[in-house]
Amino acid sequence: MDIFLQQIINGLTLGSVYAMVALGYTMVYGIIQLINFAHGEVVMIGAMVAFTVISWLAANTALPPLAIVLIGAGAAIPVCMLVGYALERFAYRRLRHAPRLAPLITAIGASIVLQQVAMMIWSRNPLAFPQIIPNQVFHVAEATITMVQIAIIVTSILMMAGLTLIVYHTRLGVAMRATSQNPHIAGLMGVDINRVIAATFMLGAALAAVAGVMVGTYYGIAHYTMGSLLGLKAFSAAVLGGIGNLAGAMLGGMLLGIVEALGAGYIGDLTNNVFGSNYQDVFAFLVLIAVLVFRPSGLLGERIGDRA
Amino acid sequence: MKGVGLIQFKQHPAALWIGVALMAVALLTLPFALAAIGTTWVRIMNLAILFTLLSLGLNIVVGYAGLLDLGYIAFYGVGAYTYALLASPQFDIHLPFWVILPIGAFVACIFGVLLGAPTLKLRGDYLAIVTLGFGEIVRIFFNNLSQPINITNGPQGISLIDPFRIGGFSFNQSETLLGLNFSGPVKYYYLLLAVLLAVVVINVRLQDSRIGRAWQAIREDEVAAGAMGINTTHVKLLAFAMGASFGGIAGGMFSAIQGFISPESFVLVESIMVLSMVVLGGMGNIWGVILGALLLSFVPEILRHTVEPLQRLLFGKLLIEPEVIRMLLFGLALMLMMLFRPAGLWPSKVRKRELAE
Repeated sequence: MDIFLQQIINGLTLGSVYAMVALGYTMVYGIIQLINFAHGEVVMIGAMVAFTVISWLAANTALPPLAIVLIGAGAAIPVCMLVGYALERFAYRRLRHAPRLAPLITAIGASIVLQQVAMMIWSRNPLAFPQIIPNQVFHVAEATITMVQIAIIVTSILMMAGLTLIVYHTRLGVAMRATSQNPHIAGLMGVDINRVIAATFMLGAALAAVAGVMVGTYYGIAHYTMGSLLGLKAFSAAVLGGIGNLAGAMLGGMLLGIVEALGAGYIGDLTNNVFGSNYQDVFAFLVLIAVLVFRPSGLLGERIGDRA
Repeated sequence: MKGVGLIQFKQHPAALWIGVALMAVALLTLPFALAAIGTTWVRIMNLAILFTLLSLGLNIVVGYAGLLDLGYIAFYGVGAYTYALLASPQFDIHLPFWVILPIGAFVACIFGVLLGAPTLKLRGDYLAIVTLGFGEIVRIFFNNLSQPINITNGPQGISLIDPFRIGGFSFNQSETLLGLNFSGPVKYYYLLLAVLLAVVVINVRLQDSRIGRAWQAIREDEVAAGAMGINTTHVKLLAFAMGASFGGIAGGMFSAIQGFISPESFVLVESIMVLSMVVLGGMGNIWGVILGALLLSFVPEILRHTVEPLQRLLFGKLLIEPEVIRMLLFGLALMLMMLFRPAGLWPSKVRKRELAE
């Protein structure tokens, strides 16, 4: 088996998920320069809601698997959008002009509260997603790719295309871009800032919901703490690509996924098994620290004095 | 920090001394009062003091210098592991504690500089995320450094750690003195109290010192502080190093008191707990931070002992676990304080003015 190609495929799958979550961070950051620390928890809520709906449908109906997953995602999206809206409205709006650290601290608090609420609803044990998508395997050269992996990669490309369309070809998109350039002036031009910012949070949350469904079906489990590490990695991806930049978030997500997969695949060989793949989670942080130290504006970001 | 109360006391020195004496008597008799309720409460008090030490350390970084450190527990962990490795059967080294505690503080300080040096030029919110990542990396290493050489013993952690011992006097044994029973936790209480007093004195002295004023200047406006001739990088690094050393000392004491440590004790949630204490009490105000740490240490425990029986009484079963209530308290403390009272329950005057802008 070709380890390199295999890890690239795994990395792309993982990267698609990171990219979707990273978009949520980057959109919010782009528009109000806030790190929405609780974004990872939105992904978790998405996975949890989808879990409930999918397991119920799989047990009680004879719908085709694809329809079940779609309904699961369809249920997760509005719930996550609601959570995203609530975060913006109740946790961040009051603090829009506060010192930067204030909303970040609130966000940490919100993420703890969301986790605990999720734990109360869905128990503290990992929840196993029902295996409904047939585990069909395709061979690519020396490596393999599963049906779920293909679905994840294709869905994320479609979602990203959709987002690009919204941001660059709709009135909402114009309003979002105007707000991100200068909220005050955008307001004078008749843009309802509060609505646009809320819409940005909700768009990000919708992507997060889909990402949650993806992670759930890919790894087969959901857990109330799954959001924090995922969120952190996605944030690293957004920074790697250049925070505030949509294409950057997509690129950063994919790159981070590949770096992580290759790192996990080769670290054992490279270090004579001194370090094993249990160090996989370290790579994202190392990438984050390296980018921030050497190129704080990220790969595609513009150099702005105050950015980092 | 010189509250109205203190100024009034200054005009009546006798009242001040009576107050101090009363306070001292209260603190000295407290463990016996707690022991009367149950030895558990002495242990809870000891943990509360440890968290107060940690909060005071984090207060230097977050409160004075205004640098949000979300990986602070890593320094506590480094201190704890340093103590554990140098005073346990793990490597069969058994150094006395007065040798190890400074070593632990120093090692934690090195880690603080290691983290600070490359990251301190980052702006606040980025710094927060990087410190968070750093904390996770340290924990992952604690968890995995059992191979190829067994250093940390992995997830099982290190046990049979030596207690504090001076000659034949060991801190974990009970002794009867003047008819009073000094149990292990009670002895540790006095030790912790002494360390806490020392740390408070250091903090009070630091606050209005040249360095303390430099930290606060940087917090309020880094560019202006730089223009006033403060070497911002050095001074920020110093805040990191000092905060880390306090964390290292607290960690060493934690190790000795518990006798057992594992990576589980140094997870992100712990960093956030300490942060909640600082934020709740009032960033930058020593007395506020102590209040915050004691509140968030005791209220969850009191709830644990009241809410659980109450729920069983009312509903016949446990609906909300005490652990959940504890975490919700931390989360809500962070959120609500930032939204409605950003300067904390007992704000420092400077900070209050700054956050009100």
